[in-house]
Amino acid sequence: MLSDRDRIFTNLYGMHECSLAGARRRGHWDGTADFMAKGRDWIIDQVKKSGLRGRGGAGFPTGLKWSFMPRKSDGRPHYLVVNADESEPGTCKDREIMRHDPHTLIEGCLLAGFAMGSETGYIYIRGEFIRERQLLQRAMDEAYASGLLGRNAAGSGWDFDLYLHHGAGAYICGEETALLESLEGKKGMPRMKPPFPAAIGLWGCPTTVNNVESIAVVPTILRRGASWFADLGSKNSTGTKIFAISGHVNSPCVVEEEMAISLRELIDKHCGGVRGGWNNLKAVIPGGSSVPLLPKRLCDNALMEFGWLSENGSGLGTAAVIVMDQSTDVIKAIWRLSKFYKHESCGQCTPCREGAGWMMRVMERLVQGDADISEIDMLYDVSKQVEGHTICALGDAAAWPIQGLIRHFRDEMEDRIKTGRWNVDRIAA
Amino acid sequence: MQRKFHSVQPDTFAFSAENYAWAERQLTKYPDGRQASAIIPLLWRAQKQEGWLTRPACEHVADMLGLPHIRAYEVATFYFMFQLQPIGSVAHVQVCGTTCCMICGAEDLVEACRQKIARQPHQLSECGRFSWEEVECLGACANAPMVQIGSDYYEDLSVADLSEILDQFAEGGCPVPGSRRGRYSSEPAGGLTSLSRDGEKPRLAPAVALAVQSASRRREV
Amino acid sequence: MPDQYKVVVDGNEASVPGELTLIQVCELAGVEIPRFCYHERLSIAGNCRMCLVEVVGAPKPVASCAMQVRDLRPGRDGSPPQILTSSPVVRKARHGVMEFLLVNHPLDCPICDQGGECDLQDQAMAYGIDFSRYVEPKRAVNDLDLGPLVETHMTRCISCTRCVRFTTEVAGITQMGQIGRGEDVEITSYLNSSLDSNLQGNIIDLCPVGALTSKPYAFVARPWELTKTETIDVMDALGSNIRVDSRGRQVMRILPRNHDGINQEWISDKTRFVWDGLKCQRLDRPYVRNQGVLEPCDWDTALKAAAGVLASGRRVSALAGDLVPVEATFALRKLIELVDGKCECRVDGAALDTNSRAGYAGTARIEDIDSARRIILVGTNPRNEVPVLNARIRLAWLDGARVENFGDVTDLTYPAQQLGNDVDSLRAFCEIALQDSVEGMLVIVGQAALRHDGGNEILALSLALARQGAGLLILHAAAGRVGALDVGFSCVGGIDEALADAEVIYSLGVDEMDIPEGPFVIYQGSHGDRGAHRADIILPAAAYTEESAIFVNTEGRPQLAQRASFPPGQAKENWAIIRALSAAIGQPLFFDTQAELRSKLFEEVPYLEDIDMVPANPLQSPRQYTGGNAPIISSAGDFYLTNPISRASAVMAEMSALSNGRHQQIPEAP
Ligand SMILES: Cc1cc2nc3c(=O)[nH]c(=O)nc-3n(C[C@H](O)[C@H](O)[C@H](O)COP(=O)(O)O)c2cc1C
Ligand code: SF4
Ligand code: FES
Repeated sequence: MLSDRDRIFTNLYGMHECSLAGARRRGHWDGTADFMAKGRDWIIDQVKKSGLRGRGGAGFPTGLKWSFMPRKSDGRPHYLVVNADESEPGTCKDREIMRHDPHTLIEGCLLAGFAMGSETGYIYIRGEFIRERQLLQRAMDEAYASGLLGRNAAGSGWDFDLYLHHGAGAYICGEETALLESLEGKKGMPRMKPPFPAAIGLWGCPTTVNNVESIAVVPTILRRGASWFADLGSKNSTGTKIFAISGHVNSPCVVEEEMAISLRELIDKHCGGVRGGWNNLKAVIPGGSSVPLLPKRLCDNALMEFGWLSENGSGLGTAAVIVMDQSTDVIKAIWRLSKFYKHESCGQCTPCREGAGWMMRVMERLVQGDADISEIDMLYDVSKQVEGHTICALGDAAAWPIQGLIRHFRDEMEDRIKTGRWNVDRIAA
Repeated sequence: MQRKFHSVQPDTFAFSAENYAWAERQLTKYPDGRQASAIIPLLWRAQKQEGWLTRPACEHVADMLGLPHIRAYEVATFYFMFQLQPIGSVAHVQVCGTTCCMICGAEDLVEACRQKIARQPHQLSECGRFSWEEVECLGACANAPMVQIGSDYYEDLSVADLSEILDQFAEGGCPVPGSRRGRYSSEPAGGLTSLSRDGEKPRLAPAVALAVQSASRRREV
Repeated sequence: MPDQYKVVVDGNEASVPGELTLIQVCELAGVEIPRFCYHERLSIAGNCRMCLVEVVGAPKPVASCAMQVRDLRPGRDGSPPQILTSSPVVRKARHGVMEFLLVNHPLDCPICDQGGECDLQDQAMAYGIDFSRYVEPKRAVNDLDLGPLVETHMTRCISCTRCVRFTTEVAGITQMGQIGRGEDVEITSYLNSSLDSNLQGNIIDLCPVGALTSKPYAFVARPWELTKTETIDVMDALGSNIRVDSRGRQVMRILPRNHDGINQEWISDKTRFVWDGLKCQRLDRPYVRNQGVLEPCDWDTALKAAAGVLASGRRVSALAGDLVPVEATFALRKLIELVDGKCECRVDGAALDTNSRAGYAGTARIEDIDSARRIILVGTNPRNEVPVLNARIRLAWLDGARVENFGDVTDLTYPAQQLGNDVDSLRAFCEIALQDSVEGMLVIVGQAALRHDGGNEILALSLALARQGAGLLILHAAAGRVGALDVGFSCVGGIDEALADAEVIYSLGVDEMDIPEGPFVIYQGSHGDRGAHRADIILPAAAYTEESAIFVNTEGRPQLAQRASFPPGQAKENWAIIRALSAAIGQPLFFDTQAELRSKLFEEVPYLEDIDMVPANPLQSPRQYTGGNAPIISSAGDFYLTNPISRASAVMAEMSALSNGRHQQIPEAP
């Protein structure tokens, strides 16, 4: 288990002072300008060496992503955009950073912005996070007042402005190009790639979009050294990670742990175990709603890292762990995700716009057992027709949970149809 | 759900002086010529002022930003936090219904809203002071089930908790947001397993403190 | 070439420029890729997903409309990237997309006006989709009321957004959009308003399904019943290439044909919807005025009467109207020469200079707009006069060209910087520009500028800029004007001289001016409009869809119009009437057939034989005018009612009423 010494977010629960003074006491904003004095390349190199992979879901190596930004500006400004849209069901980690440890993020923005030649950053926070927005803004105001942002930020000689911008209720705006569209004042409809944001991003300028957590861990990585971070976790999943565990555990929580911790240890140590004991476990969605679920059988040995989870047909995603015990109607649980994706599809491209609703409607009937057995295969086929054919990954995200369900709980789906459980309207809480 | 402007609309809209000044300040966040970026914050402010997003407000914001009205309409209908019809004047309850909350009892909260407020989502209660809807994941899954009312999250709810909250609103009170299971924020209910601390923590978690502050400010006004 | 890339399409290697998209490359390689949202003249949306192709080595199929060749990665061994267009992966992907598109699309092809020419129907057939797998309820969408031209069936919409992109990008209006989200997205016009554009009919062609159809054409005919004729439009002087679909004698609809140099693939609403005007108010037999009353008669009587007047020794002037073909003006000039009369086609008094062709046809081509960096409008309102050309100027503006204006026009769908509104300001501008530079400059001079006082000087100044190297486009509104001038249908003193002491006026389709009281008038034309009412003898003639004829467009490009149907009743082709009249005078002209007429014409005006070529126009030193000041007017006029055919059209009348009193719009920035 990770020791408190190795935790980056030492005020995750907001039990300490959130102010700049409090943050400073916890070691933040210490030597920021010195890191910048070592130059852009040094910072990018450190981040690369730390093995940090994006915390927004896709797990793309952060240092590598930064290195895609043009070395020199061709006259266009560079932008850092922080993805604080956090809308993936199950995910509630960035919220804790923004409301309780905001200075990790702000300091990270300055360092990341500098490393990619950007003098301006925007944080795009989901509209529903109103208190989080106010708390983050308060911290940013403090940082400005103390010269940590703005001209000659933190005495580094680098000018850096940071702005907070918010959305208004659209999961799709977490997709990085939809986010940029939204930030430009339009509907959040994803753009086609290429061109990638590093070439043509916000307002047509080179842009890098990173998750809140990806940015917020950077100052500590620089302070403690890339190898400290790299030595935590496993080979391709280094460092610490904030996990959010929800559902049928005795005490759900958000907690920072070491990467590659076993699922069971995570649940037992921090969440008081599965409700009714480990054997009462039915399935776990290990990485937010977009990844396929793991049945109990696989949960027994599951490691919370990129490698193990993808090898076992799921993914680390946002490390949002949704635990379902034996009382759960797992078909209904997945149907509710289908409903989510149908609701959140932007409507731009055909397979997602039409497929999400179709899948949701078939799932709706499967919950009731009001379907033909052959429709399970048809549903699988439809999900395959969506997957990989859309502009953005929401289409895939809508398909995967259903594929996982069919893969692991086909028997239960068939049983439901055969026994005709017509009246399942609620599941045990 | 098809989202369109409500059939009954006021004739005009104008920002209050304070909101207008605020809106002007928002525009400075974006480079010259990119003021369209401010559309969501401005529409949101207009909605806060009026209670819901009216057509004149939407057009006013479009005009302020030099945008054709259709572009603002596209935005207003795309983002679901824009309420295109009147909502409860005291509380509009947004029950998170997505899986994490659902498996923790969100359906019971929805049922409670049906009983206590109105049969249908977006329908005003008889007194006109309440309305509700089911929304998608609000990003507080470790504190499920939960609802958002105004700016605040009410978390770890039972049906009885929600009932009590609604009653408090009905009586003119401002119920304290946050966990109803005695949690400070999102730490394990059973006690800290990390970040163990010595010394006293502040009485209220920061977000809750903000809510209480603004409630007391409202009461003073 | 530096930016050439090698790619392999279905096994065939090609070398192509890097900025091409895969769909274009496949097309070059002769492989047609199905598409719904992609349109080469609109921005790329990539939303339908029908054009997916397989790029060997890529993790998933890619949208060929959106991917550029330069973004492909070569194979590991450095071999050129390979595109597969009909692999199992591709077929499966497209089959899936088709099935999704049909999920919410009604299967009402038999009652759909698009039936038989529907992209969706064609693709569904091609992919052998049976619609049985989707058994859930379908979505229904309320229809819009977009006005008298475009009928909507929004339930059929597949959200390709072509209509939104066309109206915002090309037509430059900002009423259409896509509201809502997910499967509830809806294409709409803001609060259901009718569209404020005279290019809106193009969205009917663009819509790949039957969601947007032609209201006037609704249920009029099925495509396979129609005879299709490729011809030329005369509603303005652009010479848009069109296809006229007819059944028997009736024109049933008009569609654009592609011509990159002229109309690309757009046409104006007048061009498209004027066809009901071809049926109404037609002159279908000759008339002779008897004791003040026009009485129908037979050809013999009418021709004899006309011949009598022409040969009576009275002073004859022939005038040519806006829609006249070259053959008719040429023949009429020959006829008028026989009786020593005068000819004039500049009936509006425009100060067009016939000393050199550049003086009335300019020096630039329409497509020069695309590359112009600075466009100077002088006394013209192209949005109203030639909407398709206006859209082209708009695209140049979107591409970074600066538009500047002399005159009193506003709201062109793009911002035009106002430089002045009188001749003095234009003169001052020219003096500076001539010293400075006219690099990248294109001057577009409208007829309104030339029609008013100061017109001579405006033309002289424009020609001076042209001599310095600026492009000059003289924007005509009348389809027949340049051709008439090419065949010398003009006299030195212009219209004043022609009218001065005329005792007999031969009016070849002159409907846009009042012929003064006094002279005896012979009117030859197609519609019972202003010109016919003033006439003493009426010779009924074919309209533009009813005879083969040459028209020369505003840039001086001769084009050949073809007959799509026959003239009504006893009406005859224009050239044939003139030939018959010459016989009635007893001095038959030199031709018996149109071919003979044309060969003489080409002898005298050789460049007219080079159909579809724009000759380089000689440019003579204009006379210098140092006249006084005068305002520069940009024509206003009612777009929908500019000629007798459009005035006979009920649809145009309805549009005209609707467009009166419309608000102004803000142009959208690029
Ligand atoms: C439908 C969809 C929703 C997403 N939502 C979020 C989100 O809420 N927050 C986030 O950080 N990334 C989200 N992402 C991932 C982003 O597109 C992007 O990969 C990420 O912000 C990159 O940051 P990282 O490299 O730091 O992880 C989403 C992706 C998709 C396809
Ligand atoms: S996959 Fe869905 S959300 Fe993504 S672009 Fe397509 S329609 Fe929009
Ligand atoms: S044609 Fe390429 S996605 Fe529609």
